[in-house]
Amino acid sequence: MSKALEAPKRITIFAGHYGSGKTNIAVNYAERLALLGKRTVIADLDIVNPYFRTKDSLERLQGLGIRVISPEFANSNVDLPALPSSLYGVVELRDSWAVLDVGGDDRGAYALGRFTPYILEENNYEMVYVVNFSRPLTADPEGAVEIMREIESACGMAFTAIANNTNLGRETDVATLRRGMELASQLSRLTGLGIIFTSAEKGLADSVPGEELFGLELQKRYFDIN
Amino acid sequence: MSEKVLMKGNEAIAEAAIRAGCRHYFGYPITPQTEVAAYMAKRMPKIGGTFLQAESEIAAINMVYGVSAAGLRVMTSSSSPGISLKQEGISYLAGSDLPALIVNVQRGGPGLGGIQPSQSDYFQATKGGGHGDYHLIVLAPASVQEMADLTVKAFELADRYRMPAMILADGTMGQMMEPVVLPEESGVTVEKPWALTGTKNQRSHNIVNSLYLVPEKLESINLERYKRYEAIMKNEPSCESYLMEDAEICIVAFGIAARVAKNAITAARAKGIRVGLIRPITLWPFPSEAVAEAAKRVKAFISVELSMGQMIEDVRLAQSCQRPVYLCSRTGGMIPSPEDVMESIEKLTGGEL
Repeated sequence: MSKALEAPKRITIFAGHYGSGKTNIAVNYAERLALLGKRTVIADLDIVNPYFRTKDSLERLQGLGIRVISPEFANSNVDLPALPSSLYGVVELRDSWAVLDVGGDDRGAYALGRFTPYILEENNYEMVYVVNFSRPLTADPEGAVEIMREIESACGMAFTAIANNTNLGRETDVATLRRGMELASQLSRLTGLGIIFTSAEKGLADSVPGEELFGLELQKRYFDIN
Repeated sequence: MSEKVLMKGNEAIAEAAIRAGCRHYFGYPITPQTEVAAYMAKRMPKIGGTFLQAESEIAAINMVYGVSAAGLRVMTSSSSPGISLKQEGISYLAGSDLPALIVNVQRGGPGLGGIQPSQSDYFQATKGGGHGDYHLIVLAPASVQEMADLTVKAFELADRYRMPAMILADGTMGQMMEPVVLPEESGVTVEKPWALTGTKNQRSHNIVNSLYLVPEKLESINLERYKRYEAIMKNEPSCESYLMEDAEICIVAFGIAARVAKNAITAARAKGIRVGLIRPITLWPFPSEAVAEAAKRVKAFISVELSMGQMIEDVRLAQSCQRPVYLCSRTGGMIPSPEDVMESIEKLTGGEL
């Protein structure tokens, strides 16, 4: 079992630069919680990019008894940037383990802001910064911090941990992962935040000797070139 | 920078444009191309460039006209409905012999359509779209790497031939993430003696214009422009040929459809059916010669498209209808699956088509 799940908080929030892998991580994290026998709910707060959604994994998640909350009209004719009212239940009722999948960058994080007072009041949360150091705007710790601060000011909440999801898609190798881990350590020193886990696609996750990585089952794939 | 990074197709276009020396971007957000604008909004202020979200697509394309007339590399991007709005400006660019890059990350249509990927703006891109006798150079990337590489090429071709160029991508190309090696920063400045840069009392003034009320003059300008188009049709067609050496069936497909087709070709070859692919990289000029050459050897063509069948007409024309051309397509934001393509191949070999 990953360290991340030894003492989970009631609410785990995944935010970060867009394209950093937040949705994939949130979906996999929710699955692990459910497999630990916890009553789990996952909420899609992304009202910025309607192309990739938690809902894409609906069957998989519901099969594990996970409740999925998506923008009500997601993937429909009225894909409005509106959040469902049931989200208040997640922060107010406190009756299940919640995973929040936040939209990318500061623009995505504004949507989280309206729940910030409830989350801070309960004070049983982990706010995780998902980072991929192979993304050009977060290619180094300084770039990663810049986006981190933008997100924090947008949602009014500070990050409490880092999830290192450095990858190059299908070309990810051990060197990519090692480089990511080194940069994540630097980011950790720079911000004082701990690294909750380093993730990699299942199959690659066991390839770094001496390291326990968080294995990911990926959502969506496009057709390979060859 | 030769190190690989993981990028969205839309971001790759934006970063490649910057590296090609583009410092002016004008646009208006629309799914699925918004990341081009978002990336430009973040990067341009840091490098002394201009990012401007215009009040409309029409305003944006006319801003492009202005910067291009001043001799600088400039671009706009949008998705299908937004590109329709830009057509008047695009015709003016063509009529004024102005280079510029227009990116269309296509979505399903017609009308407001949907936000899912499509290739149904093929006619609009390659046959006109705006009014008058003109062409655009139209490039069709099939990977995030090509989104970057063809952006650089589009700027180069546009400057060389003094005309607007278009990247015709689709929602999958814009949204998908792949490893990419970004092009080197271009230090090249292209001489543009026609540009409106101020005479400084050293030369007679330049005029950029598309209005010619004397028909003899307009005709001669159009004829002159078509000589350039002829040179482009001769020199610039580009395509990838895949397993065509022994092919009996030739699939023609561009962009995401070509990737789907390659998967189907692998499956077909495993069953002993000899299928190959011609993937146009330039849609205008269309790689007619490669298709005509293939017609000498193959029994039939299959045009795989995300539309009701638009490129299929060029496949027929390229080989003067010597071989039959069948269509395998989905529309409205749907993507044909490798199985759909395989079904077409098997129907064809089974004599059902």
